[in-house]
Amino acid sequence: MFSEIKNISFRGLSACVPKHVERNIDYTWISEDERKMFIKSTGVEERRVAGEKTTTADLCERSANALLDKLKWDRESVDAIILVSQSPDYILPASAAILQHKLGLKKTSIAFDINLGCSGYIYGLYVLSSLMTSGAVKRGLLLAGDKSTLSTNFKDKSTFPLFGDAGTATALEYDEKAGPMYFNLFTDGSGYRSIMIEDGACRNHVSEKTFEMQKIDEGIERAPKHLILDGIDVFNFALREAAPAMQDLLKQSGTAQEEINYFVLHQANKLINESVRKKCRIEPERVPYSIQKYGNTSSASVPLTMLHAIKNEMETKPLHLLLSGFGVGYSWGNCILKTNHVTCTEILELD
Amino acid sequence: MDIQAFIKGLEAEIEDLPPGTLKPDTDYRKVAQWSSMHALIVIAYVDANFNVTLSGPDLRGTNTISDLYNLVQAKLKNV
Repeated sequence: MFSEIKNISFRGLSACVPKHVERNIDYTWISEDERKMFIKSTGVEERRVAGEKTTTADLCERSANALLDKLKWDRESVDAIILVSQSPDYILPASAAILQHKLGLKKTSIAFDINLGCSGYIYGLYVLSSLMTSGAVKRGLLLAGDKSTLSTNFKDKSTFPLFGDAGTATALEYDEKAGPMYFNLFTDGSGYRSIMIEDGACRNHVSEKTFEMQKIDEGIERAPKHLILDGIDVFNFALREAAPAMQDLLKQSGTAQEEINYFVLHQANKLINESVRKKCRIEPERVPYSIQKYGNTSSASVPLTMLHAIKNEMETKPLHLLLSGFGVGYSWGNCILKTNHVTCTEILELD
Repeated sequence: MDIQAFIKGLEAEIEDLPPGTLKPDTDYRKVAQWSSMHALIVIAYVDANFNVTLSGPDLRGTNTISDLYNLVQAKLKNV
């Protein structure tokens, strides 16, 4: 699906990560050689891990409060809040509703969750900007993040050292002078088993089996409550789909690749992202990374990378960006947009 | 690309392997430093150089470097 959305200005960006740092060189479940190889291939040197009582919504709430303060936006002026996450506070109600209350937003605001991960930031931008393009919604907040470490376990080398926790907030505003945003979005649910948590929702209720650990492969033990990641299938999906989709959007939007200042990719792992970069023939300096410090942070990875790597430029000059997300679902999509003097916070920390 | 060039290219991608480690009859999973990440490097190498996709079952059907090379050649013929 290709779409052009007008009248939306990208006003502000904020992120919050847990204070606690875990370094992959200390990951004793695998040998030291394998740790070094993992770090070199995936790029993940360290990750942030949330404490037991901190949730995705908490990280997003902190980001949103800091951003609203810095923008000097009255809480009463926000018309919509969307949370993109696969680790909500409860099965129901939607965490966005709780955040509407906690942030002090007005009762006439729209609030709902979107259940997506790696592609979620792009989908979230699309949904929120689509809501806003007619002018009925003047100001909107997109919150995106996950506490992925809740679903990984120490004895699974395919997930434990890869994922980190983060929550982000993005502020959009109706603005008739803003340039168009271009999107393309895709889904292939045939790959749903490649990244999944089997137990805990409605298809497989929580039972004793949910917590039973099983040996899956060398260095991989997990229970049905844990995240499954089929590395080879996901890698092949990304190789097959991500680069052509990015190139399609450039073509459909009439944007030359040279016009784009930065291609901000979901931080899947360095091997995947470098393969995508090389397929698109993009110079390394135009593809920023945050994975070395934060790991794969699911739907938070694109905004977190912007703040980590290009914050200063986002704050001080006009930029032409291509944002790309791909993964769980399978679901993937891209957004081309222009930003100008975006209000950014530092990357905040929460105990 | 002959098998020697295939091996040279693969060793260049797997930077931690000393050149000459891989031979056509090497059982690659038994190479000392081999880990599951190496499988992804093989997939990326084959994708970038031959535009051929190797799946998990494809890889499970191979043991030696020759097996890998022959698999790529067979897939190229079927394109």
